[in-house]
Amino acid sequence: MFDSPLNLTLGLLSGLVFGFLLQKGRVAKYHVILGQFLFRDWTVMKVMLTATAVGAIGVWAMIAMGMATLQIKTAAFAPVILGSILFGAGMALFGYCPGTGVAACGEGRRDAMVGVAGMLAGAFAYVAVFPLLQDFTKAWGDAGKVTLPQLLGASPWMYVAVLAAIALLVRVFAEPRQGVSP
Amino acid sequence: MINPLKMKSWSPYIVGAGIGLLSWFTFASAGHPIGVSTTFEHTAAMTGRAIAPQVEQQNPYFAKKRAEGRPPRIDWQWMLVLGVFAGAWLSARLGKDRTPQSVPPLWRWRFGNSVGKRFAAAFAGGALMMFGARLAGGCTSGHGISGTLQLALSSWIFVAGLFASGALMALLLFGKEGRRHV
Repeated sequence: MFDSPLNLTLGLLSGLVFGFLLQKGRVAKYHVILGQFLFRDWTVMKVMLTATAVGAIGVWAMIAMGMATLQIKTAAFAPVILGSILFGAGMALFGYCPGTGVAACGEGRRDAMVGVAGMLAGAFAYVAVFPLLQDFTKAWGDAGKVTLPQLLGASPWMYVAVLAAIALLVRVFAEPRQGVSP
Repeated sequence: MINPLKMKSWSPYIVGAGIGLLSWFTFASAGHPIGVSTTFEHTAAMTGRAIAPQVEQQNPYFAKKRAEGRPPRIDWQWMLVLGVFAGAWLSARLGKDRTPQSVPPLWRWRFGNSVGKRFAAAFAGGALMMFGARLAGGCTSGHGISGTLQLALSSWIFVAGLFASGALMALLLFGKEGRRHV
Protein backbone atom coordinates (compact mmCIF):
# COMPACT_ATOMS: atom_id res chain seq x y z
CA MET A 1 0.00 0.00 0.00
CA PHE A 2 2.95 2.31 0.72
CA ASP A 3 6.34 2.78 -0.87
CA SER A 4 9.39 2.89 1.45
CA PRO A 5 9.72 5.91 3.81
CA LEU A 6 12.88 6.90 1.96
CA ASN A 7 11.14 6.94 -1.41
CA LEU A 8 8.15 8.81 0.01
CA THR A 9 10.48 11.45 1.45
CA LEU A 10 12.51 11.77 -1.76
CA GLY A 11 9.29 12.11 -3.72
CA LEU A 12 7.98 14.86 -1.47
CA LEU A 13 11.28 16.74 -1.61
CA SER A 14 11.43 16.45 -5.39
CA GLY A 15 7.85 17.64 -5.66
CA LEU A 16 8.46 20.65 -3.41
CA VAL A 17 11.28 21.78 -5.68
CA PHE A 18 9.26 21.03 -8.84
CA GLY A 19 6.20 22.93 -7.62
CA PHE A 20 8.32 25.87 -6.48
CA LEU A 21 10.04 26.04 -9.87
CA LEU A 22 6.78 25.79 -11.83
CA GLN A 23 5.23 28.64 -9.84
CA LYS A 24 8.30 30.85 -10.15
CA GLY A 25 8.39 30.02 -13.84
CA ARG A 26 4.87 31.49 -14.21
CA VAL A 27 3.61 28.33 -15.88
CA ALA A 28 1.00 27.77 -13.18
CA LYS A 29 -0.96 30.61 -14.80
CA TYR A 30 -3.88 30.30 -17.21
CA HIS A 31 -2.85 33.18 -19.45
CA VAL A 32 0.69 31.83 -19.84
CA ILE A 33 -0.49 28.37 -20.93
CA LEU A 34 -3.15 29.71 -23.29
CA GLY A 35 -0.67 32.36 -24.42
CA GLN A 36 1.60 29.53 -25.57
CA PHE A 37 -1.18 27.74 -27.45
CA LEU A 38 -2.07 31.04 -29.11
CA PHE A 39 1.63 31.59 -29.92
CA ARG A 40 1.69 34.86 -28.04
CA ASP A 41 3.72 33.75 -25.00
CA TRP A 42 6.64 31.37 -25.40
CA THR A 43 7.33 30.77 -21.70
CA VAL A 44 6.07 27.18 -21.74
CA MET A 45 8.29 26.14 -24.64
CA LYS A 46 11.30 27.96 -23.17
CA VAL A 47 10.90 26.11 -19.88
CA MET A 48 10.32 22.72 -21.51
CA LEU A 49 13.13 23.06 -24.04
CA THR A 50 15.65 24.12 -21.40
CA ALA A 51 14.52 21.39 -19.00
CA THR A 52 14.86 18.77 -21.74
CA ALA A 53 18.29 20.01 -22.85
CA VAL A 54 19.76 20.27 -19.35
CA GLY A 55 18.07 17.09 -18.15
CA ALA A 56 19.35 15.12 -21.13
CA ILE A 57 22.98 15.99 -20.39
CA GLY A 58 22.94 14.60 -16.86
CA VAL A 59 20.66 11.64 -17.45
CA TRP A 60 22.57 10.38 -20.49
CA ALA A 61 25.83 10.82 -18.58
CA MET A 62 24.37 8.69 -15.79
CA ILE A 63 23.20 6.08 -18.30
CA ALA A 64 26.69 5.96 -19.80
CA MET A 65 28.16 5.42 -16.33
CA GLY A 66 25.64 2.73 -15.51
CA MET A 67 24.08 4.88 -12.81
CA ALA A 68 20.65 5.13 -14.44
CA THR A 69 18.47 3.15 -16.81
CA LEU A 70 16.03 4.40 -19.41
CA GLN A 71 12.43 4.58 -18.27
CA ILE A 72 10.39 5.42 -21.31
CA LYS A 73 6.98 4.57 -22.69
CA THR A 74 6.32 2.27 -25.60
CA ALA A 75 5.65 3.88 -28.98
CA ALA A 76 2.24 2.30 -29.47
CA PHE A 77 1.04 4.64 -32.20
CA ALA A 78 -2.73 4.58 -31.75
CA PRO A 79 -2.94 5.34 -28.02
CA VAL A 80 0.03 7.74 -28.05
CA ILE A 81 -1.20 9.78 -31.01
CA LEU A 82 -4.86 9.78 -30.03
CA GLY A 83 -3.96 10.34 -26.40
CA SER A 84 -1.81 13.35 -27.30
CA ILE A 85 -4.67 14.88 -29.31
CA LEU A 86 -7.17 14.43 -26.47
CA PHE A 87 -4.56 15.70 -24.03
CA GLY A 88 -3.80 18.86 -25.98
CA ALA A 89 -7.46 19.68 -26.51
CA GLY A 90 -8.24 19.11 -22.84
CA MET A 91 -5.23 21.15 -21.76
CA ALA A 92 -6.28 24.15 -23.87
CA LEU A 93 -9.83 23.92 -22.51
CA PHE A 94 -8.70 23.55 -18.89
CA GLY A 95 -5.81 25.99 -19.23
CA TYR A 96 -3.28 23.94 -17.29
CA CYS A 97 -1.47 20.61 -17.62
CA PRO A 98 -1.53 18.04 -14.78
CA GLY A 99 1.60 19.39 -13.08
CA THR A 100 0.87 23.07 -13.55
CA GLY A 101 -2.77 22.45 -12.63
CA VAL A 102 -1.72 21.10 -9.24
CA ALA A 103 0.73 23.99 -8.88
CA ALA A 104 -2.00 26.46 -9.81
CA CYS A 105 -4.03 25.12 -6.88
CA GLY A 106 -1.08 26.26 -4.76
CA GLU A 107 -1.59 29.76 -6.22
CA GLY A 108 -5.15 29.64 -4.97
CA ARG A 109 -6.73 29.36 -8.40
CA ARG A 110 -10.27 28.02 -7.95
CA ASP A 111 -10.71 26.91 -11.56
CA ALA A 112 -7.54 24.83 -11.28
CA MET A 113 -8.95 23.10 -8.21
CA VAL A 114 -12.10 22.21 -10.11
CA GLY A 115 -9.97 21.01 -13.00
CA VAL A 116 -7.94 18.77 -10.70
CA ALA A 117 -11.22 17.17 -9.64
CA GLY A 118 -11.94 16.76 -13.35
CA MET A 119 -8.55 15.11 -13.77
CA LEU A 120 -9.49 12.56 -11.14
CA ALA A 121 -12.75 11.93 -12.98
CA GLY A 122 -10.87 11.43 -16.24
CA ALA A 123 -8.51 9.00 -14.58
CA PHE A 124 -11.50 7.18 -13.12
CA ALA A 125 -13.02 6.89 -16.58
CA TYR A 126 -9.74 5.53 -17.94
CA VAL A 127 -9.49 2.80 -15.29
CA ALA A 128 -13.16 1.94 -15.77
CA VAL A 129 -12.90 1.44 -19.53
CA PHE A 130 -9.40 -0.09 -19.33
CA PRO A 131 -10.61 -3.59 -20.35
CA LEU A 132 -12.21 -2.16 -23.51
CA LEU A 133 -9.00 -0.39 -24.59
CA GLN A 134 -6.73 -3.41 -24.81
CA ASP A 135 -7.33 -4.15 -28.50
CA PHE A 136 -7.00 -0.46 -29.38
CA THR A 137 -3.52 -0.34 -27.88
CA LYS A 138 -1.98 -2.25 -30.79
CA ALA A 139 -4.33 -0.93 -33.48
CA TRP A 140 -1.65 0.97 -35.41
CA GLY A 141 1.32 -1.10 -34.36
CA ASP A 142 3.88 -0.61 -31.62
CA ALA A 143 7.51 0.31 -32.24
CA GLY A 144 8.35 -0.56 -28.63
CA LYS A 145 10.34 1.38 -26.06
CA VAL A 146 12.59 2.83 -28.72
CA THR A 147 14.71 5.97 -28.58
CA LEU A 148 15.48 8.34 -31.46
CA PRO A 149 19.15 7.22 -31.62
CA GLN A 150 18.05 3.59 -31.80
CA LEU A 151 15.55 4.42 -34.53
CA LEU A 152 17.49 6.92 -36.63
CA GLY A 153 21.09 6.05 -35.79
CA ALA A 154 23.93 8.18 -34.37
CA SER A 155 25.02 8.46 -30.77
CA PRO A 156 22.58 9.85 -28.18
CA TRP A 157 25.15 12.58 -27.56
CA MET A 158 24.52 14.01 -31.00
CA TYR A 159 20.87 14.52 -30.07
CA VAL A 160 21.83 15.93 -26.66
CA ALA A 161 24.22 18.36 -28.37
CA VAL A 162 21.53 19.45 -30.84
CA LEU A 163 19.06 20.05 -27.98
CA ALA A 164 21.64 22.05 -26.05
CA ALA A 165 22.52 24.08 -29.12
CA ILE A 166 18.87 24.90 -29.83
CA ALA A 167 18.26 25.93 -26.21
CA LEU A 168 21.36 28.13 -26.28
CA LEU A 169 20.41 29.74 -29.59
CA VAL A 170 16.87 30.43 -28.37
CA ARG A 171 18.23 32.08 -25.21
CA VAL A 172 20.73 34.20 -27.13
CA PHE A 173 18.47 35.32 -29.97
CA ALA A 174 15.01 35.31 -28.40
CA GLU A 175 15.95 37.64 -25.55
CA PRO A 176 17.63 40.58 -27.31
CA ARG A 177 17.15 42.96 -24.41
CA GLN A 178 18.90 40.63 -21.99
CA GLY A 179 22.01 40.19 -24.10
CA VAL A 180 24.42 37.32 -23.91
CA SER A 181 26.06 37.96 -20.54
CA PRO A 182 24.03 37.15 -17.40
CA MET B 1 19.59 42.64 -2.80
CA ILE B 2 16.17 41.00 -3.16
CA ASN B 3 15.84 37.47 -1.83
CA PRO B 4 15.39 35.37 -5.00
CA LEU B 5 12.85 33.15 -3.22
CA LYS B 6 10.66 36.23 -2.75
CA MET B 7 10.74 37.30 -6.38
CA LYS B 8 7.46 37.07 -8.28
CA SER B 9 9.04 35.16 -11.14
CA TRP B 10 12.26 33.70 -12.47
CA SER B 11 13.63 33.49 -16.00
CA PRO B 12 12.08 30.53 -17.86
CA TYR B 13 15.61 29.40 -18.72
CA ILE B 14 16.61 29.30 -15.04
CA VAL B 15 13.41 27.43 -14.20
CA GLY B 16 13.92 25.01 -17.09
CA ALA B 17 17.52 24.40 -16.06
CA GLY B 18 16.31 23.85 -12.52
CA ILE B 19 13.81 21.24 -13.69
CA GLY B 20 16.52 19.60 -15.77
CA LEU B 21 18.81 19.41 -12.76
CA LEU B 22 15.91 18.11 -10.68
CA SER B 23 15.65 15.28 -13.21
CA TRP B 24 19.28 14.37 -12.57
CA PHE B 25 18.39 14.21 -8.86
CA THR B 26 15.26 12.11 -9.27
CA PHE B 27 17.04 9.59 -11.49
CA ALA B 28 20.06 9.43 -9.18
CA SER B 29 18.25 9.36 -5.85
CA ALA B 30 15.14 7.30 -6.59
CA GLY B 31 15.58 5.91 -10.09
CA HIS B 32 12.42 7.71 -11.24
CA PRO B 33 11.73 10.19 -14.01
CA ILE B 34 9.56 13.20 -13.10
CA GLY B 35 5.91 12.44 -13.84
CA VAL B 36 2.45 13.42 -12.60
CA SER B 37 -0.38 11.67 -14.41
CA THR B 38 0.29 8.13 -13.17
CA THR B 39 -0.57 9.34 -9.68
CA PHE B 40 -4.04 10.37 -10.82
CA GLU B 41 -4.63 6.97 -12.41
CA HIS B 42 -3.45 5.19 -9.27
CA THR B 43 -5.57 7.40 -7.01
CA ALA B 44 -8.64 6.71 -9.12
CA ALA B 45 -7.93 2.97 -9.01
CA MET B 46 -7.35 2.97 -5.26
CA THR B 47 -10.51 5.00 -4.68
CA GLY B 48 -12.56 2.69 -6.87
CA ARG B 49 -11.20 -0.32 -5.03
CA ALA B 50 -11.99 1.25 -1.65
CA ILE B 51 -15.58 1.98 -2.69
CA ALA B 52 -16.19 -1.32 -4.46
CA PRO B 53 -13.58 -3.99 -3.56
CA GLN B 54 -14.94 -6.39 -6.15
CA VAL B 55 -13.40 -4.32 -8.96
CA GLU B 56 -10.05 -5.82 -8.05
CA GLN B 57 -11.27 -9.11 -9.49
CA GLN B 58 -13.63 -7.75 -12.14
CA ASN B 59 -11.30 -5.25 -13.81
CA PRO B 60 -8.14 -6.77 -15.34
CA TYR B 61 -6.46 -3.39 -14.69
CA PHE B 62 -5.35 -4.43 -11.21
CA ALA B 63 -3.89 -7.77 -12.19
CA LYS B 64 -2.06 -6.18 -15.13
CA LYS B 65 -0.48 -3.48 -12.98
CA ARG B 66 0.59 -6.02 -10.37
CA ALA B 67 2.13 -8.18 -13.08
CA GLU B 68 4.06 -5.14 -14.33
CA GLY B 69 5.35 -4.59 -10.80
CA ARG B 70 3.53 -1.26 -10.49
CA PRO B 71 0.40 -1.76 -8.38
CA PRO B 72 -1.53 1.39 -7.49
CA ARG B 73 -0.32 2.61 -4.10
CA ILE B 74 0.96 5.67 -2.22
CA ASP B 75 4.43 5.88 -3.75
CA TRP B 76 7.29 8.19 -4.76
CA GLN B 77 5.30 9.94 -7.47
CA TRP B 78 2.21 10.31 -5.30
CA MET B 79 4.33 12.25 -2.80
CA LEU B 80 5.88 14.24 -5.64
CA VAL B 81 2.43 15.44 -6.73
CA LEU B 82 1.62 16.37 -3.13
CA GLY B 83 4.95 18.19 -3.00
CA VAL B 84 4.14 20.12 -6.20
CA PHE B 85 1.07 21.59 -4.51
CA ALA B 86 3.01 22.47 -1.36
CA GLY B 87 6.02 23.85 -3.24
CA ALA B 88 3.86 26.04 -5.44
CA TRP B 89 1.92 27.24 -2.43
CA LEU B 90 5.16 28.18 -0.67
CA SER B 91 6.51 29.93 -3.76
CA ALA B 92 3.29 31.91 -4.27
CA ARG B 93 3.28 32.86 -0.61
CA LEU B 94 6.91 34.02 -0.56
CA GLY B 95 6.51 35.91 -3.83
CA LYS B 96 3.15 37.40 -2.78
CA ASP B 97 1.84 35.95 -6.04
CA ARG B 98 -1.41 34.33 -5.00
CA THR B 99 -4.32 34.40 -7.45
CA PRO B 100 -7.60 33.54 -5.71
CA GLN B 101 -9.46 33.70 -9.01
CA SER B 102 -12.21 31.66 -10.59
CA VAL B 103 -12.51 33.21 -14.06
CA PRO B 104 -9.31 34.22 -15.87
CA PRO B 105 -9.53 37.51 -17.84
CA LEU B 106 -8.98 35.86 -21.24
CA TRP B 107 -11.82 33.42 -20.54
CA ARG B 108 -14.07 36.24 -19.32
CA TRP B 109 -13.45 38.24 -22.50
CA ARG B 110 -14.79 35.40 -24.65
CA PHE B 111 -17.26 33.51 -22.42
CA GLY B 112 -18.35 36.02 -19.80
CA ASN B 113 -18.35 36.15 -16.04
CA SER B 114 -20.19 32.91 -15.25
CA VAL B 115 -18.20 30.93 -12.70
CA GLY B 116 -20.33 27.87 -13.46
CA LYS B 117 -19.41 27.98 -17.12
CA ARG B 118 -15.69 28.33 -16.35
CA PHE B 119 -15.82 25.54 -13.77
CA ALA B 120 -17.65 23.23 -16.20
CA ALA B 121 -15.00 23.85 -18.85
CA ALA B 122 -12.18 23.34 -16.35
CA PHE B 123 -13.70 20.06 -15.16
CA ALA B 124 -14.35 18.76 -18.66
CA GLY B 125 -10.94 19.92 -19.88
CA GLY B 126 -9.19 18.31 -16.95
CA ALA B 127 -11.05 15.05 -17.50
CA LEU B 128 -10.37 14.96 -21.24
CA MET B 129 -6.72 15.87 -20.69
CA MET B 130 -6.15 13.15 -18.08
CA PHE B 131 -7.92 10.50 -20.12
CA GLY B 132 -5.63 11.37 -23.02
CA ALA B 133 -2.59 11.34 -20.74
CA ARG B 134 -3.28 7.83 -19.45
CA LEU B 135 -4.07 6.58 -22.93
CA ALA B 136 -0.70 7.89 -24.10
CA GLY B 137 1.11 6.86 -20.93
CA GLY B 138 2.17 10.30 -19.71
CA CYS B 139 1.67 14.04 -19.65
CA THR B 140 3.73 17.20 -20.20
CA SER B 141 5.97 16.11 -17.31
CA GLY B 142 6.25 12.39 -17.97
CA HIS B 143 6.36 12.53 -21.76
CA GLY B 144 7.02 16.22 -22.35
CA ILE B 145 10.10 16.54 -20.16
CA SER B 146 11.20 13.13 -18.90
CA GLY B 147 10.46 11.24 -22.11
CA THR B 148 11.90 13.84 -24.47
CA LEU B 149 15.13 14.15 -22.50
CA GLN B 150 15.47 10.37 -22.74
CA LEU B 151 14.94 10.77 -26.49
CA ALA B 152 11.94 8.43 -26.46
CA LEU B 153 10.08 8.19 -29.77
CA SER B 154 6.72 7.92 -27.97
CA SER B 155 7.37 11.17 -26.11
CA TRP B 156 8.43 13.23 -29.09
CA ILE B 157 5.30 12.06 -30.93
CA PHE B 158 3.23 12.98 -27.86
CA VAL B 159 4.66 16.50 -27.66
CA ALA B 160 4.03 17.15 -31.36
CA GLY B 161 0.46 15.92 -31.01
CA LEU B 162 -0.33 17.87 -27.87
CA PHE B 163 0.90 21.20 -29.21
CA ALA B 164 -0.89 20.78 -32.53
CA SER B 165 -4.14 19.80 -30.83
CA GLY B 166 -3.85 22.43 -28.11
CA ALA B 167 -3.15 25.18 -30.62
CA LEU B 168 -6.18 24.15 -32.66
CA MET B 169 -8.42 24.06 -29.59
CA ALA B 170 -7.15 27.47 -28.44
CA LEU B 171 -7.89 28.87 -31.89
CA LEU B 172 -11.40 27.36 -31.82
CA LEU B 173 -12.02 28.79 -28.35
CA PHE B 174 -10.57 32.27 -28.75
CA GLY B 175 -9.96 32.85 -32.43
CA LYS B 176 -7.11 34.96 -33.78
CA GLU B 177 -8.44 37.95 -31.84
CA GLY B 178 -7.83 36.06 -28.64
CA ARG B 179 -4.10 36.66 -29.00
CA ARG B 180 -4.66 40.32 -28.19
CA HIS B 181 -6.48 39.52 -24.97
CA VAL B 182 -4.02 37.05 -23.45
